[in-house]
Amino acid sequence: MEDLLRDFLPVIIFLGLAIALGLVFIFAALIIAVRNPDPEKVSAYECGFNAFDDARMKFDVRFYLVSILFIIFDLEIAFLFPWAVAFKDVGLVGFWSMMVFLGVLTVGFAYEWKKGALEWA
Amino acid sequence: MVEFFTTTNLGIALLILGQCLLVLLPLLAALAFLMYGDRKVWAAVQMRKGPNVVGVFGLLQSFADLLKYVVKEVVVPAGADKFVFYLAPMITFVMAVIAWAAIPWNDGWVISDLNVAILYIFAISSLEVYGVIMGGWASNSKYPFLGALRSAAQMISYEVSIGLIIIGVIISSGSMNFGDIVAAQDGRFGIFSWYWIPHFPMVVLFFVSALAETNRPPFDLPEAESELVAGYQVEYSSTPFLLFMIGELMAIVLMCALITLMFFGGWLSPIPGLPDGIFWMILKMGFFFFIFAMVKAITPRYRYDQLMRIGWKVFLPLSLAWVVLVAFFAQFGAFGGAYARWAIGG
Repeated sequence: MEDLLRDFLPVIIFLGLAIALGLVFIFAALIIAVRNPDPEKVSAYECGFNAFDDARMKFDVRFYLVSILFIIFDLEIAFLFPWAVAFKDVGLVGFWSMMVFLGVLTVGFAYEWKKGALEWA
Repeated sequence: MVEFFTTTNLGIALLILGQCLLVLLPLLAALAFLMYGDRKVWAAVQMRKGPNVVGVFGLLQSFADLLKYVVKEVVVPAGADKFVFYLAPMITFVMAVIAWAAIPWNDGWVISDLNVAILYIFAISSLEVYGVIMGGWASNSKYPFLGALRSAAQMISYEVSIGLIIIGVIISSGSMNFGDIVAAQDGRFGIFSWYWIPHFPMVVLFFVSALAETNRPPFDLPEAESELVAGYQVEYSSTPFLLFMIGELMAIVLMCALITLMFFGGWLSPIPGLPDGIFWMILKMGFFFFIFAMVKAITPRYRYDQLMRIGWKVFLPLSLAWVVLVAFFAQFGAFGGAYARWAIGG
């Protein structure tokens, strides 16, 4: 607990400082700058006409696919971090088990590729 | 007096606050001049003069810009979600700033000497994507929405390869602490002992991924001016926009610092015999920022499908293969232990 506090107290203080500075910037403009909104000014940006419908529309399912792939690979990386740090301690057993894991993952990746999950055309 | 700052709780907190300010204020001042340098390089490549009015050689241009931002009206779009609209630039800014808590400037000169420093920075920079996507969503306007989607997909795609490249470096040095990683690169041959030689392919990959991760040209598709106007920033004005800009620039400088620490020996001197120190760190970061600026000036923008293809079909397999390769080299002591510095006690 003591170690954790010593390591992360500066981070928390830095976080507080960063938030304070950001708020100072935002409130500086809110207080100093003139505010004079009118309907034209606050309407959403479009090419010279009013927006037809809500901007939060349907979008391409590929964005979901990318984020799902990202989760798989990012989890894998999170799994690799402790292994990489303890590389010299896990020995041959640890080494080969990770190689098998990466092999399985590569098979999955090849399957995604073959299925066309990585195509954007 | 010394006792007050090392023993009492208030004293320690004040000391840490002082250290934070000591990092943050010079960093912000440096950003102002880096912004100026970026524009000057860009201008020089296009045979223009660039900013040259405010101050000598236009050196104070960024400060004039800052003043201008502060006195500009904050326009909040009518359909916007107000809270999220203000929250988004705050997240981008705050995340970009606090990543610096783990970056050492010299041996031991760091706000928090975390033993999981790289993991911390990796985690924090992952969170930056929230600023972008919340900004795009909260604006309730089509251009920001599309820009934010693109940006999110782009940032997470390249994060994967950045993560794998980092794994390679960790295997080589056996630690996630930057001090240890730099110490592992210390050797008799100065510049030739650093990781950029054994990890050379990954230096290139990391640099390009860093460009994509920070939305820099040639991968600035979220704000491709010709199609999306300014992407997720379209509806932002005044200081909220400024926060986005500072956050982005800070993320770029952070990437320069990461390249320096992981592959180019941090504060180590390139020539054996010369003293190590913070000036090497700053010099190397400045050099990489210059390269960033040059890339922006001389490369044409990529198309979105090309960007995703490179990320998933080239960078990801290459960096994954590299992790396996480095693991083999390190395990079986290839190249005289160049990939396993912990093994030779370096």
